[in-house]
Amino acid sequence: MIVDKIKKREPSAKRNVNRVDIQVGKWVKCTKCKEILYKEDVKNNANICPNCGAYFRMHINRRLESIIDEGTYKRFDLNIENCNPLGLEDYPTKLERLRQKTNLEEAVACGTGKIEGEDVVICIMDSGFLMGSMGTVVGEKITYAIEKAIELKYPLIIFSVSGGARMQEGIMSLMQMAKTTAAISKLNEAGGLYISVLTDPTYGGVTASFASIADIVLAEPGAMIGFAGQRVIEQTIGESLPEGFQTAEFLLEHGFIDKIVERRELKHTLYKLIQFHK
Amino acid sequence: MSTTTAWEKVEIARSSTRKTSLDYIENIFDEFIELHGDRNYRDDKAMVCGLAKIGDQNYTIIAEQKGRTTKENIERNFGMPNPESYRKAIRFMSQAEKFGRPVITFIDTKGAYPGIGAEERGQGEAIASSMLKMAGLKVPIISIVIGEGSSGGALAIGVGNKILMLENAIYSILSPEGYASILWKDSSRAKEAAEKMKLTAKDLYDLKVIDKIIKEPKDDFEKLVKNLKKEITTITKELSELSEEEIVEQRYQKFRQMGEYIEK
Repeated sequence: MIVDKIKKREPSAKRNVNRVDIQVGKWVKCTKCKEILYKEDVKNNANICPNCGAYFRMHINRRLESIIDEGTYKRFDLNIENCNPLGLEDYPTKLERLRQKTNLEEAVACGTGKIEGEDVVICIMDSGFLMGSMGTVVGEKITYAIEKAIELKYPLIIFSVSGGARMQEGIMSLMQMAKTTAAISKLNEAGGLYISVLTDPTYGGVTASFASIADIVLAEPGAMIGFAGQRVIEQTIGESLPEGFQTAEFLLEHGFIDKIVERRELKHTLYKLIQFHK
Repeated sequence: MSTTTAWEKVEIARSSTRKTSLDYIENIFDEFIELHGDRNYRDDKAMVCGLAKIGDQNYTIIAEQKGRTTKENIERNFGMPNPESYRKAIRFMSQAEKFGRPVITFIDTKGAYPGIGAEERGQGEAIASSMLKMAGLKVPIISIVIGEGSSGGALAIGVGNKILMLENAIYSILSPEGYASILWKDSSRAKEAAEKMKLTAKDLYDLKVIDKIIKEPKDDFEKLVKNLKKEITTITKELSELSEEEIVEQRYQKFRQMGEYIEK
């Protein structure tokens, strides 16, 4: 339902956005202003359209570069792969193809690094890997990272982008919501700082678990954030949705996020917030 | 039991004649007083909360409630909670902890309601906060899946120390229709999805998502109620041996271990 929502909103968004990060050609079309852009220009502009300012989705590596001090990121030594709990025939091959295509292990990367010299535990999700969906490996990696943040007494920063719980692993994906949330409960008990950054799009089981319950919830401008996908809501209520529904600005207005932060300001904002908790 | 297909279980779990939370609550407990409201916005009737007793033992009850008639279903939003349901649940969990009462949750929902108001009032945050509250709760929680346990709307009150499931109940990431729609872009393949999804009590017991399957004796609700009462009493006694820290830790480890992966 969530993937459908994204398709509905911008029929070509996913394909075009992926084109920025996956090596296909040198040009990319902005989904908002439709301008044809030189890919290097977009990359050098924090994955923001130089013409209209629209945000492109970011590959994990690019996000790391933009947030973590150069040379300080150390991925956790946690080398795990998905089982196939529902025994779906095409799931393992699909994962393998994605690993090759995206050069990612899974839909999240977790490790330690520094933000303007401050140690943090950082998790970054990626929409290019099965829409950033949370299966067992994503749930385990995030839980492991939360437990590491408790152990190391480092602030925890999670950048979310996700369609929600991963359908291909059925109920075991659903249970990752409880697992990650329980780990946040432990972090709270230990007094650790957790900052959640919501990026476009964050939906379903990720919104309804670790992403929404941070001490401080930030979001990028214009990010689509919600629990239910828009098509499902439209079908349920039988009417179309109001302008701006489920945007970061909508959530800010309704009191569910603390602050909307421009992409270029994110790193320094995180640094400043960490300073308040030292 | 094994002759019933997964799809048949889906149909049984959804049947309009299937017993609802209040049927169980009124029959299992010696006394029950329903209490209302989230103290914030309104009383959402898709969730029933209150106090109950078996003998001298007090309990806090948190239960998703479908309607037993069309009129009641409309009042109860067909058992699909809005955020206020979860905030009401959280309020009752806090009280259970304050007064040292075990919590019993009854799970029976197609899912959290997907509506404009629900999103405006933070459906995702409400579900997450309910799970967060449960995860740290210092009193025992027993969760019982009695009918449909669908998606985050079900799990929101399912983070228990012990999870029981009725033989013909279902518990899944999403409805089979939703699952087929997302994976195969074809909601009419729901029947096929149900067989794949591992949503029956037997599947979930094998996956260690639930602790125990509660048999449903044919046409004998009284016997089922009696068995559930016995289970609740026995588990309460078992869990009362644990300290507050042990209760939280047992629950943490239970969910911590969910999901198999391959180490490379």
